[in-house]
Parts: sequence; structure tokens; C-alpha cells
Amino acid sequence: MSENADAGAKGASDGAVPAAWEPVIGLEIHVQLATATKMFCGCELSFGERPNTHTCAVCLGLPGSLPVANARAVHFGLMIGLALGSELAPRSIFHRKNYFYPDLPKGYQISQYEEPLCRGGRLGDVRIHRVHLEEDAAKLIHVGASGRIHGSDASVVDFNRGGTPLAEIVTEPDLRSPEQCSEWLKLLRTTLRQLGVSDVNMEEGSLRCDANVSVRPAGARELGTKAELKNMNSFRYLERGIRAEIARQVEVLQRGGEVVQETLHYDPASDRLTSLRSKEEAHDYRYFPEPDLIPVAIDERMLARARAELPELPAARAERFQRQLGLSRESAQLLAFRAELGDYLEAALAAGAEPEPPPQALANWVSGELAGRLDEGADPASSRVTAAALAALVGLVSAKRVSVGAARQVLDKLVTEGGEDPAAIIEREGLAALDGGEELAAVVAAALDANADAAERVRAGNEKAIGPIIGTVMRETKGRADGGEVRRLVREQLGI
Amino acid sequence: MIERSEVLAVARLARLELSEEELEPMARELSTVLDHIATIRQLDLTGVAPTSHVVDVTGALRPDEPRPCLPREVALAQAPAVSADGFLVPSPQA
Repeated sequence: MSENADAGAKGASDGAVPAAWEPVIGLEIHVQLATATKMFCGCELSFGERPNTHTCAVCLGLPGSLPVANARAVHFGLMIGLALGSELAPRSIFHRKNYFYPDLPKGYQISQYEEPLCRGGRLGDVRIHRVHLEEDAAKLIHVGASGRIHGSDASVVDFNRGGTPLAEIVTEPDLRSPEQCSEWLKLLRTTLRQLGVSDVNMEEGSLRCDANVSVRPAGARELGTKAELKNMNSFRYLERGIRAEIARQVEVLQRGGEVVQETLHYDPASDRLTSLRSKEEAHDYRYFPEPDLIPVAIDERMLARARAELPELPAARAERFQRQLGLSRESAQLLAFRAELGDYLEAALAAGAEPEPPPQALANWVSGELAGRLDEGADPASSRVTAAALAALVGLVSAKRVSVGAARQVLDKLVTEGGEDPAAIIEREGLAALDGGEELAAVVAAALDANADAAERVRAGNEKAIGPIIGTVMRETKGRADGGEVRRLVREQLGI
Repeated sequence: MIERSEVLAVARLARLELSEEELEPMARELSTVLDHIATIRQLDLTGVAPTSHVVDVTGALRPDEPRPCLPREVALAQAPAVSADGFLVPSPQA
């Protein structure tokens, strides 16, 4: 019995995969390249301009026009290949991928097939199968039952996007869970952003991800039948779509059914997968070499230029953060894979704050306290907190001139008000650390009186009873006291 | 000679509407082409790279520099149907 998802099978989104089954996932990522012009003509790329104002005879597919490949798109393709450790083809050719759809004016898409620009490679734990160049399709805008075509639904084609250069990156089926897919895609996005080859914005469509999902009995070597998932235009939808498809396939297989190879469209609104093409429409693209384009030959000069423009990539940066700054592995990866956090950390370290903040403490404040106070995914450099101000604050915390609790209050002020000088805020708000002198000793003594029972239990050896006493001191000092110092004073005054 | 069903399948992919009278001659012509390729296949071509292009030129790339686009009215002028914004087509979903 074969089953497809046509009925719009609702994914049991939260169900964990039963241990008897292993999901196997490969990704196909389309990246719009940040060139000035289109892949095969000199039309400028469009960013929301009026439809059909960025077209010419080539990207409209008018008879007699001839495409010429964009040198910068090839250059970006080489940079991607180098960053992924791919084998770069000394000679690669374009193919025609033939199918009819209104967003494709020529009746074929110029793509690469048998001789792609890059083969193989790896990013993190995932092997790369290939990277090739192609042109984007136009945009179809559905207008409903109106317009000049009587009584039928119509669409408007906007060719501004048609012909935009794309790099398609195809992974090997090395991914095993929805969460791993989204993690890995974030690493790829950061890598591409660092390379400067694309805006890599999923919501705006400059980074698009399809997933090939199959499920096999745990321990099996042979791959199960896969379904191809499209339209997951955010990291969250990618995870949800893949999770729903794994659940659907496991359910089919557990009932003794068979998964059908098909293309599924994920609709985030309903969390449903629907089949895009029925089987008899299975694509036969009849690829053949594009006769209008001569082969692309990569010479040493082009390779040298691509190498020269490679920046430090996230994986290498994480390694350097560990080695050079002594950050923990988790911290180093967190800051390197979110490049804006890594940049902010490096700017803060370079600010020359006095007292000097230790790198790990500063890293924790950047990724935890500061990032936690901003919108998710926000770049701290665009916040009101300057890297120098954060460095100064963390320096004061490390020198115990301000307690962690008080420093958090200072950071709250910096986030809302901005300002260069946390010391001034500490001064103004009276948040300086109590230095453990008589003032703090007096507060501790009062707290012991107010918590006489707790004090007795601490004296009797119950360490946990110290909590309410410290809590009272912190409340009385508005968090200005250093926890360790308070603890020391409590024990001292109790004579233990 | 190739099968009638194969001719129909290829015609459908190419969006060609063939009449009954056209089917048989089309099958014959296509078969001639395929026979010719079968003849070439008899040659021993080990070590010969596929000839995707007959010209011995590579690397003609275009600098990434903008060139003028067509005015919108000109781009739309030859379309059989237009709306205010662009080319009007029957909905592919319909």
C-alpha cells in the first residue's frame, strides 16, 4: 500500500521519533548572490521596485538574445566552494533544465548539471555534495478571478527577480533531526554572511531551504524513500516542517504502509504538508548543455582572487576564541556562529577598559546579559550599549567594584539610556559595591537579628539556612553587596 | 521505430499538440535521429570527453556592471495580456 500526503496529513508536531526509526535528512539551499546585476544579463538586481522595471531581452527570454555569465557570480561561487572545502572544477558548463511554468520565460532554467562549479566539501558535521550556479525564476503574483482573462483565475508575472544569480548548495544526507538541520543552516548562513556573497535573509527569500526527508529502521544502511519539502521560509518553519514529515512517514511505516516519493509544500499557518505534484507529472527536465554559453574555465588568477577575499570563517573563529581568549567551547561557538556577537566581543576587548575585563566574563555578558535584554537575534552593535561601556562595566564587576546584581541594574540603564560611562551611572544611582567595611558589617548584623532562627540553624551546621540572611542583606543594600563577602561576614559574625 | 506512447510523452513535455496524421511521420523522424545516435554509439570512445560545445573558447564572462533595462511599457508591449503591473497569465494553480 502506498500513501502520499495529499490529504494534507497533519503532522504530530511535538511527537518524539520512536527509537526504532532513524530520520535521514539532506538539505538543498538556494542563495541569492549579492551581485549588482543578474546572472546572464546587465539588469540591476531589484529590491522591491515596481514590477517589470528590471528586465531586458535576455531575462525576458526574447528570441535572438544571448546570455553571458556574470564574472562576479562565478567569483562568489568560487568563494563558497573554497569556504566549504569543495573541489573546484577547472572547467564547468551550464545546462538547460526544461519545464514550462509562467515564471520561466524561456521554457528552461539555465542551471548546472553534470559539471557543476564545486563538488564535495564539508561544513561542520555535514558533507557537501555539490555547489552550482543558476538563475532564479520570476515572481508570480496571484490576483484571483479578475482581469482580462474572463472568468478564470489569473496571475501576474513580475520578471524583476527572473535571472537573479543563485548558488545552489546541496548537502549529503548527513542530518538526523529537525533541530540539527536548523542549527547547521544557521552555521551555513553565518558562513555565507561572513563571505559577503549574499544577504542570506530567509524571510526575504535570499536564503531558501528545501529538505529531503526519509526515515529508515534504526541501524539500517539503506535509505528509505524520500519526500522533498519546500517553502520553509524561516528556521522555525524548517524545524516544524521536517518534524511533521518525519512523524507522518513513521506513522505510515508503522502501519506497514509505503512512503511515496513526492514533493510536499509546507503551510506554516496550518502546520500541514500538501503534495505539490502528482506522480504522472513527475519531472523530466531533459537536461542538455546550454549551447548559448561557452564553458566556464577557472584559471589561477580567479582562484587567487577568491582566496584573497576569504575572511575568517565561523568555524575558524570559534577555534581562535578558544585558543586565543581561553573561552569555553560552547561560548566560543555561540559567539563565532553569531558573527555580530563575536564582532561585539572583539570590539569590547579592544576598547582598553580599565580595570580590564576577563574575556570569558565579557563573553558571558555579551551573549547572556546583553543579548538577553535585546530582541531575539538583534545586533548588539545597533543597541544603545556601546562595546566600550559594556567592557568598562564587566571590568568593574571583575574588580568587585560593583556587584553582579548592581551591574545588571546598570546594564538595564545602559540599554534604555545609552551612555559611555557605567561608573557615572553607578555613582549617580548609588550602586557602588559596599566594600566590606563597617557599613556592610552593620547591615549583616541587622540581618542576623532579623533572621534569628535562620542564624541559629546556620550556627548548628545547616548551610542552606544562610539563604534568607543573604537575601535580607541584598534587599537592604539594593544588591550592591558582593555575595561572597556577605557570606564571609555572616560566618565571621556567627563565629564559625 | 519508437512507440507511439513515447512520441506522445515527448510531445506533452514540449507542449506540442500533435494530430493523428502527424504522429506517424513524427515517430519516423525521431527514430531516424535516434538511429543516427545509435550508429555513433558503435564507435569506441573510451577516453574521449563528451563534446558539449564545438567552439574551443572558454572563460568569456561579463563584468558585473549594470546596463540599461527596457522601459516597462516596452517590456510589456508585446504581451498578449497585461495588467497594471505586469504580464497576465492564466493561474498555474487553476
